[in-house]
Amino acid sequence: MIRRTFIALAAGAASLAFIGHAAAQETIKIGASAPKTGPLAAGATVSHWPNIQLWVSEVNERGGLKVGDQQMKIELVEYDDRTSAETAVQNIQRLATVDNVDFIVTPYSTGLNVATAPLIARYGYPHITTSAITDGVEEFAGRWPNSFWMLGTSKELAEGTAAALKKLMDAGEIGNKVALVHVADAFGLELAGAGKPALEAAGFEIVYEASYPLGTQDVSPIISQAKAAAPDAFVGFSYPGDTFALTEQAQIQGLEVGAFYVGVGTSFPAYAGRFGAVANGILGAGGTNPDDEKIKEYRAKHKEVTGADADYWASAVTYSGLQVLEQAIEAAGTKDREAVVEAIKTGTFDTVMGEVKFENNVNRNLWTVGQWKDGVFYGVAANGIDGAIEPVKKDGWE
Amino acid sequence: MQIIVTGILLGGTYALIALGLTLQYGVARIMNLANGETFVAACFIAFWLFTAMQINPLLGLLVIAPAAFAVNWAIYSVLLKPLVDRAKNRGMLEVDSILATFGLLFLLQGLMLLVFGGSYFSYTFLAERFMILGNPFGLNRVVAFGAAVAIAIGLYFFLYRTRQGTAVRAVAVDPNSARLVAIDVAKTAAFAFALGGALTACGGALLSTFYTFNASMGVVFTMKALIIVIMGGVGDIRGAVLAALILGITETAVASLIDPGLTIAATYALFIIVLLFRPQGMFGRQTT
Amino acid sequence: MTLDQSEIRIGLLGAIAIAALATLPLFSQGYYLSLGVNLMLYAALCTAWTLFSGPTHYISLATAAFFGLGTYTVGLWVDHVPFFALVLGGGVVAAVLAGLVGLATLRLSGVYFVIFTLGLAELVRQLVSWTQTKVSTRMGLYVFTDFTEMHIYWMLLALTVAVFVTGWLIGRSRLGFAMKIIGNDETVARHVGIDTARAKIILFMISGAFIGIAGAISAPRYAYIEPPSAFNPMISFLVVIMALLGGTKRLWGPLVGVVPFTILFDQVSAQFPNHTPIVMGLAFLAIVYLLPDGVTGRLEQLRARMKRTENAVGEEKVA
Repeated sequence: MIRRTFIALAAGAASLAFIGHAAAQETIKIGASAPKTGPLAAGATVSHWPNIQLWVSEVNERGGLKVGDQQMKIELVEYDDRTSAETAVQNIQRLATVDNVDFIVTPYSTGLNVATAPLIARYGYPHITTSAITDGVEEFAGRWPNSFWMLGTSKELAEGTAAALKKLMDAGEIGNKVALVHVADAFGLELAGAGKPALEAAGFEIVYEASYPLGTQDVSPIISQAKAAAPDAFVGFSYPGDTFALTEQAQIQGLEVGAFYVGVGTSFPAYAGRFGAVANGILGAGGTNPDDEKIKEYRAKHKEVTGADADYWASAVTYSGLQVLEQAIEAAGTKDREAVVEAIKTGTFDTVMGEVKFENNVNRNLWTVGQWKDGVFYGVAANGIDGAIEPVKKDGWE
Repeated sequence: MQIIVTGILLGGTYALIALGLTLQYGVARIMNLANGETFVAACFIAFWLFTAMQINPLLGLLVIAPAAFAVNWAIYSVLLKPLVDRAKNRGMLEVDSILATFGLLFLLQGLMLLVFGGSYFSYTFLAERFMILGNPFGLNRVVAFGAAVAIAIGLYFFLYRTRQGTAVRAVAVDPNSARLVAIDVAKTAAFAFALGGALTACGGALLSTFYTFNASMGVVFTMKALIIVIMGGVGDIRGAVLAALILGITETAVASLIDPGLTIAATYALFIIVLLFRPQGMFGRQTT
Repeated sequence: MTLDQSEIRIGLLGAIAIAALATLPLFSQGYYLSLGVNLMLYAALCTAWTLFSGPTHYISLATAAFFGLGTYTVGLWVDHVPFFALVLGGGVVAAVLAGLVGLATLRLSGVYFVIFTLGLAELVRQLVSWTQTKVSTRMGLYVFTDFTEMHIYWMLLALTVAVFVTGWLIGRSRLGFAMKIIGNDETVARHVGIDTARAKIILFMISGAFIGIAGAISAPRYAYIEPPSAFNPMISFLVVIMALLGGTKRLWGPLVGVVPFTILFDQVSAQFPNHTPIVMGLAFLAIVYLLPDGVTGRLEQLRARMKRTENAVGEEKVA
């Protein structure tokens, strides 16, 4: 049984290698390694893999990438890193030295991007991250000159949140008392670390603060404690499972706040699907301008090709990162990695997120806060992008 | 007061997670690492019944429980029975069943990924306010708790008041002696394994009404179930229920009074303490 | 110390094998080296695990706890203390934890010990996470060194050798003798005056220390260290499974589990990126049913059968 499997495996490998060889003339090989299993698989399934699928299908439908005077179709090589750094490192090595791919698209999550960055740098591939959010990006950009950071820093995201709340306070919609909770992992901790001083600087008083372990879904004690502190606004730097749970508990317990903010997952289509009209007025991380023609077109294509709705934040950023790679390769007119890295550094790119330009390898134009309005998640705060609408007060839970 | 009610409700949730495993492990002697996958599979089926066919998850139990019973019976007789037959002692069976169910875990998870994809799922069912002693609680949690109580009582009556239940308990205590009093041990073990699977599936279906889940989450539930089963004493229904309630109340108390960041640490600390002082479970008798 | 003929032969063969393995980075700096690092990591972990679990039959799931402590020791102080001191430090920290655990739990038997160690790994991870939320505003630690895959490979190779040598020395020592008796029958061991608890604790500490060191060596490879990756429970499970697959009766048993398992896992995930879990699950079930005593068990069976045929042939000649 095992021997037969091995023979089948070997035969499969041989035929793959043969096809790869026969078509080598006119294709460009792109490698991808990201979680398909493990704790981060769910997030990657929503905002990472579908965009790679969409991008490859779009480019190939057009006839391929224009490299110099050749049209090259994309051949995608994909691996599952099982949400583990060891496997991710090994996958990158395999892509670089066994599959000899021409380019590598970004891994998923801060941790896996940082763990693979030294290797990707060693092989000189352009590394355009679209799912890493940390305050270290400037340092990383200096350390690995081939790396580009699209999703900004936790500080920007947290300050955006404080700014959006301040708008509501200045408009007299909410008072100055905030309850702040966060998930106890890198993302939650960095956002809370940056968000606290930003909220205080904006004139807010933090009346309740707590962290909870990764994976917690039984959050009713947290909401009831927060409720007891009688806040005017609730801010949760949370992950998908707890984002849903915090919202449901707030609704059940009737947490009376004028602003309710939750983190990753708020911008998922499933969020509106679950909460319906109750989602109206809820603030969350990220955002896009859904009225923008490009975004509209992108969302329609995403639905058409992958069968699922794009989320309103990381999806579009991931896709725009792929567009940057595509346009840089075409601009450089070669598969030469160094030339493409240079093209990314100096170029300006026209993406679904608008114009992207890197300052010292970091993208500064991004959405920070969005808000649900009639089943659509609108950006209400952004740096360097137009099209944000004004945040409004959350009006009850019924 | 709110802490205690919230804690008891949470304890009901945990009891749902653990009751199936305590039967599978305590009676059939299978340390089923794929228990969480059964649980998540039931979440998916409840989700599918609700969204595609508009079938209320409570009615869905009528489909899910028998289906899970049949599937688990098949798993036991096809996959696990050969291991039971070939094991020379309990230790060997333990090692073999850990390895085999680990493979099963992958297989089930892979099938779920294939069918449903890897993203998050949730739906709204009875997410309404329900007042207990002047405090608001989620009606779906209250319903799940009620179902947990019903299941636990039903199980208790079955085990302590019926012939077949007595046979199950006898096998749990000592398979060899059970054979001497003309109990069909193999059949009873298969029955207990299948019943455990059905209970786990009921738990999953009920939890899906207020949990956000995805195909990779099974192991989370397996761990929780293992803790409760060991704390309560392997194969001891009353112990498992009590352990689940204690955990629920402890977690809620720690989250409310000390720091929500320490809830899981508190769980494990409590678990370790119980293991150190009463390794045979809270109701267990000293065996040596 | 005296060595007999076969020991010298094994030693020489071992030295040649080690020298051959050490040249791997000369042939591949890429994928095969990475695969080599993973192989070597699990070879070290599984053999260290077997040092304790082989003779005592205790299945420990605390590997992730020791490993994570080693990783964190490096992560916390890499900018202040020389790396090699930290590697040893990681071993010491893990050994201390192992000692404490041993004191508290080794009177537990069988499955209770399994679950306890699993709980312990989670508890340590939760406490580390929580402490970080209180003392720091960021969760991840960065470990940037000049080490490349090659260096990590060599360090892990050296560690694996050290584990083997230690295992061999233990086998020759009073402790090893005591463990043999304990493994056969603990009651007998106690009656002949062996302090069984002490012997087990020492062994657990040695095993834990090696696992901690392996974690410390791996830290530069992660570069970014977070509790979920450093204390990943999968590490514990994989170690147990590979070791059991190989067989724990011999010191080299786990090795014959690690090599095929790692390569199979790797091949499967390369060929079936979208169906890895299904294929893995099936492969796993096949192994359990076809190789009931692990690879070493099967090898020994084969050897016994060959001997029998040899004898049979020999007898025929005589006749």
